[in-house]
Amino acid sequence: MYSEKVMDHFTNPRNVGEIPDADAVGEVGNAKCGDIMKIYMKIEDGIIVDTKFQTFGCASAIATSSMATELIKGKSVEEALELSNKAVVEALDGLPPAKVHCSVLAEEAVKAAIVDYYKKIGKDTTELEKQCNGCCASCSAHEHEHATHEE
Amino acid sequence: MSHEQKNRFVYADNAATTSVHPVVLAKMMPLFGEVLGNPSSLHAKGREAKKYIDDARSKIAGILGCEAKEIYFTGCGSESDNWAIKGAVKAYLDRHDKDTCHVITTKIEHHAVLHTCKALEKQGIKVTYLPVDENAMVNPDDVVKAIQEDTALVAIMYANNEVGTVEPIKEITKRVKEVNEKILVFTDAVQAVGHLPINVKDLGVDMLAFSGHKFRAPKGVGGLYVKSGVVVKTLIEGGGQEKGKRGGTENMPGIVGMAEALAIANEEMQDDNARLAMLRDDLIRRLLEIPHSRLTGHPTKRLPGTASFTFEYIEGESLLLMLDMMGICASTGSACSSKSLEPSHVLLAMGLPHEIAHGSLRLTLSHETTQADVDYIVESVKKVIERLREISPLGRQ
Ligand SMILES: Cc1ncc(COP(=O)(O)O)c(C=O)c1O
Repeated sequence: MYSEKVMDHFTNPRNVGEIPDADAVGEVGNAKCGDIMKIYMKIEDGIIVDTKFQTFGCASAIATSSMATELIKGKSVEEALELSNKAVVEALDGLPPAKVHCSVLAEEAVKAAIVDYYKKIGKDTTELEKQCNGCCASCSAHEHEHATHEE
Repeated sequence: MSHEQKNRFVYADNAATTSVHPVVLAKMMPLFGEVLGNPSSLHAKGREAKKYIDDARSKIAGILGCEAKEIYFTGCGSESDNWAIKGAVKAYLDRHDKDTCHVITTKIEHHAVLHTCKALEKQGIKVTYLPVDENAMVNPDDVVKAIQEDTALVAIMYANNEVGTVEPIKEITKRVKEVNEKILVFTDAVQAVGHLPINVKDLGVDMLAFSGHKFRAPKGVGGLYVKSGVVVKTLIEGGGQEKGKRGGTENMPGIVGMAEALAIANEEMQDDNARLAMLRDDLIRRLLEIPHSRLTGHPTKRLPGTASFTFEYIEGESLLLMLDMMGICASTGSACSSKSLEPSHVLLAMGLPHEIAHGSLRLTLSHETTQADVDYIVESVKKVIERLREISPLGRQ
């Protein structure tokens, strides 16, 4: 069901943890839906020099969190903003269709963290927040993506 | 992960399905070869096959405490559920020349029952889905209170497949019949037959469903007890098999296997259950040492092999896959694993909030489970939960 890459990032997730003096923190999702992703960034001269995450969720949520942090590490904030869920999924050699929404969560977490950073440095975030208010991946956003399944 | 752990394998998902008993398999093998006849054929080979089915029917009837003619074979537990419910409702509507009636069931039924009831609702049938308490127990008073003038059927499971709670079917049946003896009582006993002593006459139910693969017969064969005199409309029309009640050439080897498996289960039940309950309780006690864990289902009135839990701050599919990598097969009611949006309807009906229901784990033991297996499960679950909680942003406050 999952690719080897997904299983690798699920069992050995990269960049797990917190950054206590982070310059940017983004949290999306909620416990009721069964997935929360929190991402921390250390930013120097517009470059993401370090990033860590904490995720509550299924294997694909953990794997996409791990991959997303790998993809943005060392990149500029602007480059990180371009990170799409599609890119995360491709880097993981794909996700089952029912799990693609988990990758949206990773993209949104990155965006939410950057909104946090922009606010701190006094940059206008209205356009960005229109795209994502930090909780787009609510349960209703996933609705109808799954088929029902029984044992 | 150490080498030793990698090689260890523990199958703890026996509520999903069981292995076929070797004696059952041996009994079935010739039935795929020499005993090739169609039980409906008049010739020698047909009669031979028919005899096998008749003997299996008598054997099962003897164990369940009814007459052979009250046992019907089906393709699976789901078919038995569908047939009992749709067949009883249709019979009621025909008899009363009506186009609606009322059915009472519960919120914790298997989807084979729940979705059947939902489908009936779309056709205008009224359905009451009874709540359960925090242990997934149905209150017989609630059943009685739900009865209406035109209640045709009460459908309540004998034992729950997710949390193992055993329902008071005998009392429920007695209470329903006291109000109106014409109301039919059906119980989905798929998780109970072969695991708990069951006598249909003692229970007083009108219909009871069972499925072979839950008690070491092969997959794809089930049965329905229908008390004589009770009318259920035919679901599968065909060539007159099962006294015209269920069309389709019988799965003769499966039926014979199911009878044999039930006989073995019945024979070994007492010893097996005492041993299973000991292992189960050891597993429960030790997994509840994990902080923020809870047992789901009734603490004592539960299936002997079923241990079910929730662990806060983690998600069930992650837990399941990590255990899988350690060689442990288990099950979860989390939303992500079920591919539906919602976590287990059973856990929600028990009043657990979504965030807790996402972290559920079911371990179902069998005759094969050893103390060493239980030790390995405990050690592995503890390790995995600690690991997942390290990754999780929750539960740190
Ligand atoms: C309580 C209950 N009812 C019905 C079924 C369906 O049985 P089958 O798999 O034979 O269709 C199951 C099996 O998952 C079950 O646990």
